[in-house]
Amino acid sequence: MKIQTLSALTKKELKKNIRIPGYLFLTLIFPLILTLAFGLAFGSFGTGETTYSIGVVDLDNSDWSDWFKTNLSDSEVMSISSYDDIGTAVSDLQQGRVDAVVIIPTNFGQSCDSFWADPITPSSWYNATVDLYVDEGSLIVSNAIPPLIQQIIMQTLYGEDFSNTPQPIQLGTAEKVDAEHFTQFDFMAPGMFAFAAIFTTMIIAESFTEERATGLLNRIQVTPTTPSEIITSTIFANTLLAIVQVSIIFIMAGIMGFTPKTEFLGFFIAFVLVLLLVICNIGFGLITATIVNSPGAATGVSFIFILPQMFLGTFVPISEDLGRLVPSFYVTDALTSLFLRGAPALSETILIDVLVVSIFCLIVTIIGIILFTRFGKD
Amino acid sequence: MKSNGINVQNLVKKFSSITAVDDLSFTVNAGELFGLLGPNGAGKTTTINILIGLLKPTSGKAVVGGYDVLKDARHLRSIIGVCPQEPAYYTYLTGQENVELFGNLHHMPKNILKNRAQDLIEKIGLGEDAKRKAGDYSGGMIRRISLVMALINDPDIAFLDEPTVAMDPQSRRAVWQFIRDLKTQGKTVILTTHYIEEAEALCDRVGIIDNGKLIALNTPKALLAEHNVENLEEVFIKITGRKIREEV
Ligand SMILES: Nc1ncnc2c1ncn2[C@@H]1O[C@H](COP(=O)(O)OP(=O)(O)OP(=O)(O)O)[C@@H](O)[C@H]1O
Ligand SMILES: [Mg+2]
Repeated sequence: MKIQTLSALTKKELKKNIRIPGYLFLTLIFPLILTLAFGLAFGSFGTGETTYSIGVVDLDNSDWSDWFKTNLSDSEVMSISSYDDIGTAVSDLQQGRVDAVVIIPTNFGQSCDSFWADPITPSSWYNATVDLYVDEGSLIVSNAIPPLIQQIIMQTLYGEDFSNTPQPIQLGTAEKVDAEHFTQFDFMAPGMFAFAAIFTTMIIAESFTEERATGLLNRIQVTPTTPSEIITSTIFANTLLAIVQVSIIFIMAGIMGFTPKTEFLGFFIAFVLVLLLVICNIGFGLITATIVNSPGAATGVSFIFILPQMFLGTFVPISEDLGRLVPSFYVTDALTSLFLRGAPALSETILIDVLVVSIFCLIVTIIGIILFTRFGKD
Repeated sequence: MKSNGINVQNLVKKFSSITAVDDLSFTVNAGELFGLLGPNGAGKTTTINILIGLLKPTSGKAVVGGYDVLKDARHLRSIIGVCPQEPAYYTYLTGQENVELFGNLHHMPKNILKNRAQDLIEKIGLGEDAKRKAGDYSGGMIRRISLVMALINDPDIAFLDEPTVAMDPQSRRAVWQFIRDLKTQGKTVILTTHYIEEAEALCDRVGIIDNGKLIALNTPKALLAEHNVENLEEVFIKITGRKIREEV
C-alpha cells in the first residue's frame, strides 16, 4: 500500500461526503438534528415526575407484609415495583429506575403479631426495622419519602385511625444512595451514536455502486491502485467522519443536558466502539453494493441492514434477545453501561461488548471485501 | 526486453452467445499511432479492455509493453494511460482535482504532478474551467478532462477509446493536435474511432474491424491504394458491403 494513493483516495472520499449535499446531511447534519430534536423532546427541559416509584423487597412474605405493600401502592403518590433481592433493587436505584427502595424485614409479620397480642406491653414486642434507601441526589425524594413510608407503616399496623403511639416497627434512617437523575433523553443518547453510524451502510453502498456504474472503479483499476488501497482509504475517510460525527453528538447531547458518567478512557472506548460499528457498516455497504447494480437500488437494499440495526440496536428498544443479532445493540449496550451506569471503562461487560462488536466487524468487513472484490465489479 | 509495442495473438472474447472479439491478431510498433476503426459493436472497446487487463480473453494472448496482460497486469498498469469510451470522472471534484487524483494514483511526485496537470489543462484548452466542479461540465469539457486524466502519468502506451466522440469540430481538432504531440514524444498510442477522417488524419496504420474480426490492416494510404478508393469509408464498403455509420 502506498501512502500517496491512500491519502489521495481518502481526501477524495472526504470531499465526497462534504460536497455531496445528501451525504453531508447523513454524516454530519443528520446526527446534529437528531440529537437536537430528541434532546428537546425528551431532555431535561421536559416533564417533572408526579409520582415516586418505590422498589420493594419483601423478605417476610407474610399477610402483614402483603398488607403493607397494598397500602404503599394504594397511596396515590407512589408506584410500587417488587424486587426479589436487595442488590438488584439498589442497583436500579443507582441507575435512577426507582426513587427509593423499601426493605421489609423477615420479622415484619412477627413483629405486628406480637404487637396485637399485647398492644400495651412494649416489652413483649418483637422489634423490627424497615430499611429505606433513597436517592440522595433528589432533595424532594429524600425529604418526602421517609415520612410517607412512616405513615404507611403505622397505617398498616393500626388501621385507618392511627395515632402517634409507640410501636414495634421502626423506620430505619434513610440510607442515601447516589443515584443519577435521568431523563428519557439520557437513555436515548447512547443509541444515537450507533444510530448515526448505521447510515454509513447506505453511503458506502450508494457510492460504490455509483463508482462502478460510471466506470470509475474500472478506471481506478487500470492505475497501479489495488482493491485493498481502495477499501482501506474508504475506512480511513469514514473513520475520520465518524470521529467528527461522534464529537458532534457529544457536544449536542451535552448542550441538551446529557452528562456521561465516564472518564477519558470511557470516551476513548466509546469512540473505538463507534468506529468499529462504522467499519462493520462499511462491510454491510460493500455487501449491498455486491448485490445490487444501481445506486438507487443500493439505497433501498441498504435498509435491509439499516432497519434491523436501528430498531433492534439503538434507542428504539424492541427486544433485547433479537437485539443480540445486530452489532449496533452491543455498541448501544456498552455506551449505556459507560455513560449511564458509570461502569468502569475496562469492566467485563464493556470488554465483552467491544469483543462482540470487533468480531462482527471483522466477519462482516471480510465478507464485504471478499464479495465485493470477487463479484462486485462488473 | 522492454518494448512499448503491443502484440495480439488469436484473441477471442465471447459473451455467452456473442463473439465480441473473433480471433484477432495484430502488432502495434513502439511509437506508433495505431487506429482501430469499426462500426458500433465491432468489438473495439472489448479489445481495448482486454489489452488494459480489465477483461479476461476467452482465448488468445496479448502482450503490452512487454507485459503479458493476463500474467503481469500489475506492471502493465504502471506504464499505460487509459481514456475510457464512457468518460469516468468524479462529479464532486474539480477538473484539476480529478486530474491530480489520477496522478497520485500513479505515484507521481507532487511538484511534477502539479506542473504537468497545469500544462496539460492549458494545452487541451480548459484553463480556468479546471477549477470548476466536473459535475457542471459540458460533454466536450468532460471528454477533454478525461483525456488529461488518462495522460497525466505520461504513459508509455496510451489507450484512447473514441476520444473525440460527440465533440464539435474545433474541439476535435484541438484533441487531434494533442494526440499528435503524444506521437512526437515517442508514445505508443492505440486509438479507436468510428470517424473515418479521424483515422485518416491521425493514424500511422489503421486496423478495420467488423463483428470482432480484423478485415483490413495497413497505412491509410496503402488501404486506399489497395482498394483503389478515395477514403476509408469506401474501403469498408468494398469489403463488407455496408457503411461504417448507417445514416440516421
Ligand atoms: N459485458 C458485456 N456483456 C455482453 N455483451 C457485451 C459486453 N460488452 C460488450 N458486449 C457485446 O460485444 C460486442 C462488441 O462490443 P464493443 O463495446 O466492444 O463494441 P465497440 O466496437 O466498442 O462499439 P462502439 O463503437 O459502439 O463503442 C457488442 O455486440 C456488445 O453488445
Ligand atoms: Mg466502444
